[in-house]
Amino acid sequence: MLSIKNLKANVEGKEILKGIDLSVNKGEVHAIMGPNGSGKSTLANVLAGNKSYEVTEGEIIFEGKNLLEMEPEDRARDGIFLAFQYPIEIAGISNATFLKTALNEIRKYYGQPEIGTKEFMDLIREKSKLLGMDEALISRYVNVGFSGGEKKRNEIFQLLMLNPKLALLDETDSGLDIDALKIVANGVNLFKNQNNAVIVVTHYQRLLNYIIPDFVHVLYKGKIIKSGGKELALELEEKGYDWIKNEEPVEQNL
Amino acid sequence: MSETNKKQSASSGIEWYLEKFSSFENKLNGRFQSPIHEIRKKAAGLLFGMDFPTIKNEEWKYTNISPILKFNFIPSVNADVVNVTKEHIDSYVFNDFDYHLLVFVNGIYFRELSRAENLQDGIIIDSFGNLEKNNPELLKKYVNKFSIIDNAFNALNTAFAYDGAVVIIPDNLIVEKPIQILFLNVSEKENLLIQPRNLVVAGKNSQSKIIINYRGAGGKEYFDNIVTEILADENSVVDFYKVQKENENAFHIEKVQAVQKRSSVFNHYNFVFGGSLVRNDINSILDGEGIECHYYGLYLTNKKRHVDNHTFVEHAKPNCMSNELYKGIMDDESRGVFNGKILVRKDAQKTNAYQSNKAILLSEKARLDTKPQLEIFADDVKCSHGAAIGSLDELSEFYIRSRGVPEDIAKSMLIRAFASDVIEQTKIEELKEQLNHIVFEQLHRKEVTNK
Repeated sequence: MLSIKNLKANVEGKEILKGIDLSVNKGEVHAIMGPNGSGKSTLANVLAGNKSYEVTEGEIIFEGKNLLEMEPEDRARDGIFLAFQYPIEIAGISNATFLKTALNEIRKYYGQPEIGTKEFMDLIREKSKLLGMDEALISRYVNVGFSGGEKKRNEIFQLLMLNPKLALLDETDSGLDIDALKIVANGVNLFKNQNNAVIVVTHYQRLLNYIIPDFVHVLYKGKIIKSGGKELALELEEKGYDWIKNEEPVEQNL
Repeated sequence: MSETNKKQSASSGIEWYLEKFSSFENKLNGRFQSPIHEIRKKAAGLLFGMDFPTIKNEEWKYTNISPILKFNFIPSVNADVVNVTKEHIDSYVFNDFDYHLLVFVNGIYFRELSRAENLQDGIIIDSFGNLEKNNPELLKKYVNKFSIIDNAFNALNTAFAYDGAVVIIPDNLIVEKPIQILFLNVSEKENLLIQPRNLVVAGKNSQSKIIINYRGAGGKEYFDNIVTEILADENSVVDFYKVQKENENAFHIEKVQAVQKRSSVFNHYNFVFGGSLVRNDINSILDGEGIECHYYGLYLTNKKRHVDNHTFVEHAKPNCMSNELYKGIMDDESRGVFNGKILVRKDAQKTNAYQSNKAILLSEKARLDTKPQLEIFADDVKCSHGAAIGSLDELSEFYIRSRGVPEDIAKSMLIRAFASDVIEQTKIEELKEQLNHIVFEQLHRKEVTNK
């Protein structure tokens, strides 16, 4: 589904990603872990097409397409979704209007008719119920006045509504209490199936108690220095990051 | 340039209008004898000694009015020269709520299409012209009592004061329906000088909502030169909405002068969508304790349009608050000016005065000149001002696009978000929606013309 080769990227002239190789197949959950400043969020943002990050080398192929040549909206329509670490507030635009616009743009891309009002409302009801979300939030402006937890939950709500092929969760667990964490993880697990994939970017292991990864990668100074199964996350939780910092970057062949 | 040449070029505009004054007087018929005419004659006398302001005048530093002086505008005294139907009017007024309606065409009252019947006891919702004929003494009590003549534009308006909207609300009356006033302007044959002379007198403990809506319906260049006087008497609440969507070739200048008495609340909303050269002067004198004054402004500019908003809040007495929020969305080569003056007099202790002015420049060639002016003579006050000029936030745009929404819609969503905290202040829900619609329409039209 996704193949990243020798990806290098700069932020404001400074090289953050220094050669990332990663492959993700359908049905897989990958966790990208690493200390602060290792490049985790950069990777997520580059995948979604944030232009503040400049790709200097390498390639990203997603479902056979060269992602680096695509605008963010085209990436989204082709099935990439980034749950933001810091979701943006948009005053004056309700969640419902925002989601309906997004959904219809995606449907238009696939030559489908616009979603009917009833169908849309049913979908909203179904998905918000899964997340235990107050339906009143739907008519409120996008993220305006939402608590940190509500914003993160709203990202997962958007994920369920738009139902992409690849979900990128950028520090979705940060700032969440344990109850909110469980709800968010539950949402992601409901999303996950054999035809899509999830990349969880996180500093801490605790989210991975609820979203069980198939693979764990450790990112350090812009390179993946260790990959393993879910037990690697536990090991990191126990020992911290120091013990692997001197490891050589791994070649990944999955 | 010789001294005589200079004088000629500076005052040629004034001379043209002074020459028109006697033929204007002939059209007044009986009103020639009214006490209001004394006010007009006095203003004409003042006009005689004046020049239109130039950029050498500090108050007009960023606004060059010379495009207005290229035309010899004809004072408008006739509404029926253009064919206006109810359908026409319906497409301009704000709908989906109950309201009283005054309609003016080219500044002249249009009785057939106005709807100001079944009024609550004692309220007057009428035209300046009717009142001058029927109750000139009442009109005289207020006209030119709040606004002093301080430049050639308001002198010109006063000298040729002929028609406009008058709302007089008795003490203790809560006006149930908003009062909507439509000024529809169509300069079909001549370049018209349209000079609404508006008056709002809100009695003690009264509450009212007024929507004044200036619209252009095509045609030649015209000059809409307005003076609006407002008295908010003790403990009254006045919500005053101004929506301006004149023709793209129209000139629009308005002076609003509000006088507020003890414990009154005056909310002025200023939505600027049209006009080629626009100047708004919005002034309030807070002449009593416990007064609140709020100014909200939203202006959309594009092409080579020029919009100048000058506000002036004078705190004359203690324990008052004023709050100002102005936002601009500027595109192409348009120019904007924001000049916000707050004067706190020596007696006005415990004053709270805030001012915020923000603009988004959508083009590198758009430009805003902004100047806050705080003059504080009392020592126990809280005053602050802030100005921010920027472009659309790239991260926010990325957020929206990352959901599959294309760039142009993402941008217009962000513009709407930027404008929303001004529009959100609107207390009439239906008006809010229709204002949002105008904002969208204005932005959409731009996309179409760009293609």
